Amino acid sequence: MLRLQKLTKTYRTGDKALNAVDLEIPKGQVLALIGPSGAGKSTLIRCVNRLVEPTSGKVHLGDGEEAVEITSMSSSRLRRARREMGMIFQEYALVERLTVMENVLSGRLGYVGFWRSFLRKYPQSDVDEAFRLLDRVGLLEMADKRADELSGGQRQRVGIARALIQNPKVLLVDEPTASLDPKTSRQIMRLICELCAERELAAIINIHDVALAQMFCQRIIGLQKGEIRFDGSPDDLGPDVLTTIYGEEDWKATIRPAEEAAA
Amino acid sequence: MPILDSAGQKTWQLRNRNEQLVRWAGWLVGVAIFMWCWQRISEATTWAFVWDAPRIAADMASRSWPPRWSYMETLWAPLWDTLNIATIGTMLALVMAVPVAFLAARNTTPSAVFVRPIALLIIVSTRSINSLIWALLLVSIIGPGVLAGLIAIALRSIGFCAKLLYEAIEEIDTTQVEAITATGASRWQVMAYGIMPQIMPAFAGVAVFRWDINLRESTVLGLVGAGGIGLQLQSSLNVLAWPQVALILIVILVAVVVSEWVSAKVRGAII
Amino acid sequence: MTSALLNERLGRRWRKPHFIKNPALRWGLILGAIVYVALALGSLEVNWQRVSEGLVRGWRFVAAFASPDFTKRGGDIYEGLLESAIVTVASTVVGILISVPIGLGAARNIAPLPVYLVCRGIVALSRALNEIIVAILMVAIFGFGPLAGFITLSFATIGFLSKLLAEDIEDMDRVQAEAIRATGSSWLQWINYGVQPQVMPRLIGLSMYRLDINFRESAVLGLVGAGGIGATLNTAFDRYEFDTAAAILLIIIATVMLLEYLSGIIRAKVQ
Repeated sequence: MLRLQKLTKTYRTGDKALNAVDLEIPKGQVLALIGPSGAGKSTLIRCVNRLVEPTSGKVHLGDGEEAVEITSMSSSRLRRARREMGMIFQEYALVERLTVMENVLSGRLGYVGFWRSFLRKYPQSDVDEAFRLLDRVGLLEMADKRADELSGGQRQRVGIARALIQNPKVLLVDEPTASLDPKTSRQIMRLICELCAERELAAIINIHDVALAQMFCQRIIGLQKGEIRFDGSPDDLGPDVLTTIYGEEDWKATIRPAEEAAA
Repeated sequence: MPILDSAGQKTWQLRNRNEQLVRWAGWLVGVAIFMWCWQRISEATTWAFVWDAPRIAADMASRSWPPRWSYMETLWAPLWDTLNIATIGTMLALVMAVPVAFLAARNTTPSAVFVRPIALLIIVSTRSINSLIWALLLVSIIGPGVLAGLIAIALRSIGFCAKLLYEAIEEIDTTQVEAITATGASRWQVMAYGIMPQIMPAFAGVAVFRWDINLRESTVLGLVGAGGIGLQLQSSLNVLAWPQVALILIVILVAVVVSEWVSAKVRGAII
Repeated sequence: MTSALLNERLGRRWRKPHFIKNPALRWGLILGAIVYVALALGSLEVNWQRVSEGLVRGWRFVAAFASPDFTKRGGDIYEGLLESAIVTVASTVVGILISVPIGLGAARNIAPLPVYLVCRGIVALSRALNEIIVAILMVAIFGFGPLAGFITLSFATIGFLSKLLAEDIEDMDRVQAEAIRATGSSWLQWINYGVQPQVMPRLIGLSMYRLDINFRESAVLGLVGAGGIGATLNTAFDRYEFDTAAAILLIIIATVMLLEYLSGIIRAKVQ
């Protein structure tokens, strides 16, 4: 569904954030991207929808005949491609002074014209879909509340609804749990993974919490200094792998012991 | 080293000798400049008048009291004009300030090299010229009257409002803008959804703040013929009708206090 | 569970909740605003013939900016500018010197109540009176010349600086001040060690800002006879010498830009 080819990003300061990354994600796969701060995780997912302009390399979205290449697109075609990629952010990135409903509907901006969106006259089908999604994430009563009145977990649910109303093929998820407490983090991760399964979405999830990644994702990629150091299933992730990604440390308490995983 | 070693005695000082000297020289130059300024002012002053000032002031006060209350009837119309100059002038200014602010803000300007300097130039030049000078200029161009005052207030306010607005635009939370961009929104949609909601409080605050200032400024525009209550002030001063002057000053003072109260109320309601 | 609510919502139109919830109040405000603007514009008496004649002159003025004449009245411009500069510097220095004690007195956390009330009274008076009006009174009392301008601006500086200084002192970190008081210091020592270091950077920044404002204001005081470049500008407009007027305005803009740039550097340095 999503294929990266030799994706490279060099910042103007000369820092190489990504170094010829090759990656292929099939339909319906939820992939966790782990790695130390500054490894290029954020840059990688932002290069996919070109919020950060990649220096070189290719990004193919879609399967077979329908596949499109994103890095060479004009800005109007890029907007159309962005509709197919839902994004979920670390600090929720809701427009704080708009209502929950407006935030969810803003996911349809790529589909409606300027004046329709400015006057908040969305097609009825979009409005119904927004209500369905709010119901799915459990926030239907909150529809007319302002986004800054919600708690962190609730805000992230709105962020998820906004990404899904785009009707995307791929989800790009940037540290969804970084500012949440452990319980809410699990709920949010579970919700994202359930929704991906329901809709057969491919997803890249940047995540710091290795245990959470092991718990919810089918595949784990370890990134270090802009290069992929590990690519495998959660069960293959041992202390030695973590040491190559993050450096020397006592990893026993961090990861799920193999026997427990088997049980 | 700020520890001075003189005759075996160590003394601690905050600064070493060179820093001390530079500081003293700085103060000396400052004081000298001030004294020279004062001397120039003093030369240009007829001191006989100044020594006479308390008597003149007392004389003026006794002539202006009691204020001529009946004059109030003729003040209502100019007061209404003053209010209109301030309010419509502020509205006009805001309409023009918003695009200028977007062109001047680093994160929204279409071109940092060509467009931004022009926008900044508009801001600086309209801001550094007092509304009274704008009024003087406009009276000489389009003739005396309320219109000249209104445009003067509008022009003076563009720079002020645009500066505060573009600072607000530069301080917005960029992740919210990023999130809207990531949905595939067009440039204008990003503006309407990602940026506008974030700067609305600043916009409302600036509007009310500037309206308050403009009401004060429009009270004196009449002095150069640009309409409002200042016209009455000027004509009363010309014929030395001190009781009328006193009444006008009281009216202006009340208007200022009321406008401050109104703007505080509105700001409280919006933010 | 929530499906009842969902079924109820599905297929129904959605509207953004209004900012003002009460519809009567909302429509009342909108209608009131429209009526006001209509009335205000209706009472605007514009002599369109005069305006259209004026546009030609307006164009001449704009063209004059392309070829400003610095030399024809070079002597007058120089004299006026020098006087403005002198008045600016002198009034800023004196204004700062007076506003520091008044600012201390107007801070509730360090001044006793009677002192506080007196100082707040002075601040309120200074802020309520427009500079131009004060200048008119000062000219009437002290006669024409820069002394009137100097007194006016010093008085205005007090209102501005004392208020902001007092607010700054009221917002300061109490723990630091308490620590100094705990050492058994006298009141003056306490101010010097506990309060001054906390408010000094902002005081310097505000003083620079006020210098900038005072220069702009001094440019208009000449209009009412209180000395400075304003008188030269007034004469230029009266004689329709737009090239000289343009030269003066350009100088004012350039000076304000320079002052702003310098104060930016100084503020960055002290903070």
